[in-house]
Amino acid sequence: MASAPAKLPAWIDIGLLPLINVALAFVVSGLLIAALGQDPFEATWIMLRGAFGYEESLGYTFYYTTNFIFTGLAVAVAFHAGLFNIGGEGQAYMGGLGVGIACLALDQHLPFALMLPVSILAAALFGAAWAYIPAYLQAKRGSHIVITTIMFNFIAASLMVYLLVNVFIKPGQMSPESREFATSAWLPHMHEALGWLGMEVAQSPLNLSLFWALVCCLLVWGLIWHTRWGYEIRTVGANATAAVYAGIPPARIIILAMCISGALSGFVGVNELNGVQHRLMLDFAAGYGFTGIAVSLMGRNHPIGIILASLLFGALYQGGAELAFENAAFTPDLIVVIQGLVVLFSGALSYMLRGPAERLYLRLSLPTVVEA
Amino acid sequence: MTTAGPPAVAPAIALRGINKQFGPVRANRDVSLTVPAGTIHGIVGENGAGKSTLMSILYGFYQADSGEIEVAGEARKIHGPEDALAVGIGMVHQHFMLVDVFTVLENILLGAEGGPLLAGGMAAARAEVTRLETEYGLEVDPDAIAGGLAVGLRQRVELLKALYRGANILILDEPTGVLTPQEADRLFDILRAMRARGVTVILITHKLQEIMAITDNVSVMRAGQMVAHRRTAETTREELAELMVGRQVLLRVDKSRAQPGVTALRAEALSLTDGTGVKRLDGVSFDLRAGEIVGIAGVSGNGQSELLEVLSGIRPPSQGNLTVHDRVIDREHPADAAELRALGLAHVPEDRQRMGMIPAFAAWETAILGYHQDPAYSGPVLLKSADIVTDTESKMARFDVRPPDPQLTSESFSGGNQQKLVLAREIERHPDILLVGQPTRGVDIGAIEFIHRQLIEMRDRGCAVLLVSVELEEILSLSDRILVMFEGRVVGEVDGAEADARTIGLMMANALDAEAVNG
Repeated sequence: MASAPAKLPAWIDIGLLPLINVALAFVVSGLLIAALGQDPFEATWIMLRGAFGYEESLGYTFYYTTNFIFTGLAVAVAFHAGLFNIGGEGQAYMGGLGVGIACLALDQHLPFALMLPVSILAAALFGAAWAYIPAYLQAKRGSHIVITTIMFNFIAASLMVYLLVNVFIKPGQMSPESREFATSAWLPHMHEALGWLGMEVAQSPLNLSLFWALVCCLLVWGLIWHTRWGYEIRTVGANATAAVYAGIPPARIIILAMCISGALSGFVGVNELNGVQHRLMLDFAAGYGFTGIAVSLMGRNHPIGIILASLLFGALYQGGAELAFENAAFTPDLIVVIQGLVVLFSGALSYMLRGPAERLYLRLSLPTVVEA
Repeated sequence: MTTAGPPAVAPAIALRGINKQFGPVRANRDVSLTVPAGTIHGIVGENGAGKSTLMSILYGFYQADSGEIEVAGEARKIHGPEDALAVGIGMVHQHFMLVDVFTVLENILLGAEGGPLLAGGMAAARAEVTRLETEYGLEVDPDAIAGGLAVGLRQRVELLKALYRGANILILDEPTGVLTPQEADRLFDILRAMRARGVTVILITHKLQEIMAITDNVSVMRAGQMVAHRRTAETTREELAELMVGRQVLLRVDKSRAQPGVTALRAEALSLTDGTGVKRLDGVSFDLRAGEIVGIAGVSGNGQSELLEVLSGIRPPSQGNLTVHDRVIDREHPADAAELRALGLAHVPEDRQRMGMIPAFAAWETAILGYHQDPAYSGPVLLKSADIVTDTESKMARFDVRPPDPQLTSESFSGGNQQKLVLAREIERHPDILLVGQPTRGVDIGAIEFIHRQLIEMRDRGCAVLLVSVELEEILSLSDRILVMFEGRVVGEVDGAEADARTIGLMMANALDAEAVNG
């Protein structure tokens, strides 16, 4: 938003260009699949059906989407403050640690109505705390946030292994997992919730976290564009000099934006642990933090765009898994390549077509420009 | 041009009818310049007079919109620094372009390595550099690391770089800006040695004493035009200062005599040292009283910007203090811009694009920059967008901002309308103290008059106004008192009614005798 020169109309910038980027990724993927002697159209069909074709697949798609919304929003909030938060992965992991600690400590004592807010709060606090350290180092010491957040992903991973092996492991078992949470800490699955309303749907990991993700979209939208803090965040992100002129301390805003960002990443822990795993375990962050960067870039750091981009990546995850399951020629590695191509074209190369599109648009609309 | 007698050889440089326009700004207007071979030629002018643009055209950074360039009698098209180097033109920039971790020799070799292996080029370069060093007195250790050298030595490396590439015409952009007086003297010795061996030197500066000390000829630029060419021996500092500043009849703004009241802001021995240890402000003291306009005159870059930053809370002073009403601000007790605003100080910044507004923000968002905490604009959580938009609409109407649409992005307004929006934001708060930097920079003529009237009106309402401008005319027509800054110091104070451009111009170049300042 902030970085976009006001040359291209919005429907091209946030509508057409991302679509073209995704299409390009699919074309290249198709060529790759054809080169392997497989039918790209059949593969596309399997993926689409695998992502949207039946109730269970839809459930999985939306379950992945939930994670991507959290991490995508996290990247977007930091981005509005001019920060590139690469640490979503570690912050999500730590958010889960917060959920785990809260649930293991309190699940015997508190009812669900209290466990849910406590879990959400713990996820936010731990995620924010993990983002606070790089933010502080950036704001006060000038350590580059990209470097520190990357490093904090590794620290988070190591810390989690240590804690699970030495502290939280359920006695008498080999695998590094905690005991199962009491049911008071379980977030109902969507199929259960719909069942209470009398609707029969297939089982899937999709749980009520999806609603919290959508609430977060609304909150982020309100925060960034309708509150004083959002105004300050956008001012610092657009121009730190102007912020100092306006009496806004950039250091404080950097820390604020990063803590909000970390809290949003932390909510992955709610979806994964309260919603699905019901225990503290390893590797549940599974790359969602990194994919959040592509989600945010593709969604142009706007909640609506992020919902759409999350849906795309959710479909890719689920459809890809289905494809690997259906046809042995599509190894999980190939699926990762396809997902990687989408990330490459819509994330890393998202501005590749911007220049040509601008020139083309200017040439086509030149007469009106001269009039204006 | 006015150099007497037919030149024996073709001039080193002949520019004819150079025009260059940046958007609405005509940086060079029909500029012509002849530089005889083997001379040192000075180009003087105030900041923004078009000197740097002209030299950038000669060096190929910019292309002229029209006009001809002749080098040693031959018409040339120069499309980039490579083309300039190919015809023997070298440039030493104000800011050095050295690789800090390379040795002197490696820096000199950079871009002229002479093959994939360095060894051969290195040996050749070492021999050549040794020759150049002895010939011109450019002594510097070829194996020293460039980053560790003193500024004067780094400049010599730049000179060596240009000479090594065969430049026989050297452009030096404000070369003494970063040098101590002793280093500057050594530089001038080197330049004289170069001239003796037929090198042509073009010296861009605003320091008149340097022009008098070293050049053979001097050209004066003002407002994008070449206004005079002189033989240095036949001119004086006074004449050059007058030419530089211009003698047009001043556009006096209608205003009554000031009725200064109580002191609203007092600066006592304010100093500011930047990260590299250079003193940007050096013991600046003055009083700013209610109901007067104090103008700060000076060539750009002599501490005016830093003064505004310290006074407005953007940077804390390194030494000295600042009193706003009863609040004393110093290094230990800094006040940020928000606190100073709360004390009734408003600030229209020099660089509105970089500081005064956020180009991508809607006009209504820019219209509350710095005041977004005001309860009128912000509730406990949400911004009162609708109220702000209405408020911006009325400000736009009162200040005639066109188009009067608060939803447009700030960058889509013209310079004058952007400035009116920023002024409206600051003035409508009815501040006791108003700091204004370059109020009419990049602003169309119609808006200038409007802005000047607003400033006078503020004064008449009892506001203390501090005006910083590089437009001397603006300073003269608006100010009740004028302070002149030079190298971070206030070198003179003149009553606004008695000030004339010539005296101020000399003070700005620090060329007026000390006695005259005190007298």
